[in-house]
Amino acid sequence: MKILVAVKRVVDYNVKVRVKADSSGVDLANVKMAMNPFCEIAVEEAVRLKEKGIATEIVVVSVGPSTAQEQLRTALALGADRAILVEIAEDLTSLAVAKLLKAVVDKEQPRLVILGKQAIDSDNNQTGQMLAALSGYGQGTFASKVEISGDSVAVTREIDGGAQTVSLKLPAIVTTDLRLNEPRYASLPNIMKAKKKPLEVVTADALGVSTASTNKTLKVEAPAARSAGIKVKSVAELVEKLKNEAKVI
Amino acid sequence: MTILVIAEHDNKVLAPATLNTVAAAAKIGGDIHVLVAGQGAGAVAEAAAKVAGVSKVLNADNAAYAHQLPENVAPLVAELGKGYSHILAAATSNGKNILPRVAAALDVDQISEIISVESADTFKRPIYAGNAIATVQSNAAVKVITVRATGFDPVAADGGSAAVEAVAAAHDAGISSFVGEELAKSDRPELTAAKIVVSGGRGMQNGDNFKHLYALADKLGAAVGASRAAVDAGFVPNDMQVGQTGKIVAPQLYIAVGISGAIQHLAGMKDSKVIVAINKDEEAPIFQVADYGLVADLFEAIPELEKLV
Repeated sequence: MKILVAVKRVVDYNVKVRVKADSSGVDLANVKMAMNPFCEIAVEEAVRLKEKGIATEIVVVSVGPSTAQEQLRTALALGADRAILVEIAEDLTSLAVAKLLKAVVDKEQPRLVILGKQAIDSDNNQTGQMLAALSGYGQGTFASKVEISGDSVAVTREIDGGAQTVSLKLPAIVTTDLRLNEPRYASLPNIMKAKKKPLEVVTADALGVSTASTNKTLKVEAPAARSAGIKVKSVAELVEKLKNEAKVI
Repeated sequence: MTILVIAEHDNKVLAPATLNTVAAAAKIGGDIHVLVAGQGAGAVAEAAAKVAGVSKVLNADNAAYAHQLPENVAPLVAELGKGYSHILAAATSNGKNILPRVAAALDVDQISEIISVESADTFKRPIYAGNAIATVQSNAAVKVITVRATGFDPVAADGGSAAVEAVAAAHDAGISSFVGEELAKSDRPELTAAKIVVSGGRGMQNGDNFKHLYALADKLGAAVGASRAAVDAGFVPNDMQVGQTGKIVAPQLYIAVGISGAIQHLAGMKDSKVIVAINKDEEAPIFQVADYGLVADLFEAIPELEKLV
């Protein structure tokens, strides 16, 4: 079966971002970018399904600037067969991205679409669910285990109180949680080979999708800073402070 | 303006996060209706009717909603929601699962995990793991929003006397089914609602050592949390994880034990009122957000702390 994996270029998770002085957003100039960690897990799961002989082709797609080709090449080096970049300069909302992905899904007709559960920049946790709604497919969100048998997929999901397993008819949408797998590293020979794999670039216009949004970001500010704390010398002093100064125990 | 709040429940009990969501709805202003979608959840509908500020409860009782599968519940919410100005749900695993599907069905953008209401169409929400706060305005006809419970003080669970109305609509997409679930059992307070949280990290060294934290937590009436490192190492189950990808907590007191304080962990706890860090590495980033820091070996400090509190 064909599997479609969506990946996003985001600021590297180790970077402590700074808000711009004019409150228009966070400063991403000269900041290290990388594949969203949850998307890495999505790619890894697809590659594992191919290694098990379940997936026949892995198509990786990204919606973003031309520089997102770097992340698509990374996915190709990890084992994806070909890539599609829906090139768009501005930041889109999850709904707009879901609509663009829906157009790609209509064209590619995958049996399974795997996305990360959330991107660590916008922290929205929406795109997979929205794509599922637009395609009319079942959704297995926050997946920690994915098992395909015949015409359905059993997805074990991380929920607030523990784990839940649902069965979905294929085609279906799965979004990955951190514990689904441990992503591999791309080897140098595979990085070289990935340069020769096909990467198609399309525009939102060519897909006939409107990316208009009902949301507008008015400003972005730094969170309130916590006032500096103190170091205590002993457990006894700590208990005394908690009881008499902070009055929390 | 009328607001629809999706009740968080397990068919038996109305979850506390619903009270925080109703509080957010009250800040927006207007009539508040609560939807209970489930099976045999009459007790939940009755509890929702008693919540302060709620004027009507819609009870959609159907086998298709028994496990609140989004494929079935989202079309119900989208259908009912068309007549409302706002649709709100708690940013729980359930709310996050269902609401984006509702928003897409209504062809509107969603606003996730709001922490404050600026006006009926403008809200604040954290982005970049809580390192920036965005103010977002929506011009959607129906505003679809998930609410971070720790951003709003809960409304009273009683004092209201709303009418309960049955909803006949049944949606069964027939593309998904519930197989089973495995819930972690615990007698301690629920992590996201606890007044005190004691969390352990990689420094705990193994799962067995968490017994020291459990003993301390029991003495304090606290919940026990963990960092991702402790979960990945298999010390504790994943529903104990606090952070960007786990639970968001904001208790009165958060005690971080053997936790370095990575950005992703801080995203889940830095709104706690008082933060205590116990770590033997005095350079650990957790000390930058801690109100009280103790540089010590946790295996000596924790038993002593347990004795003294």
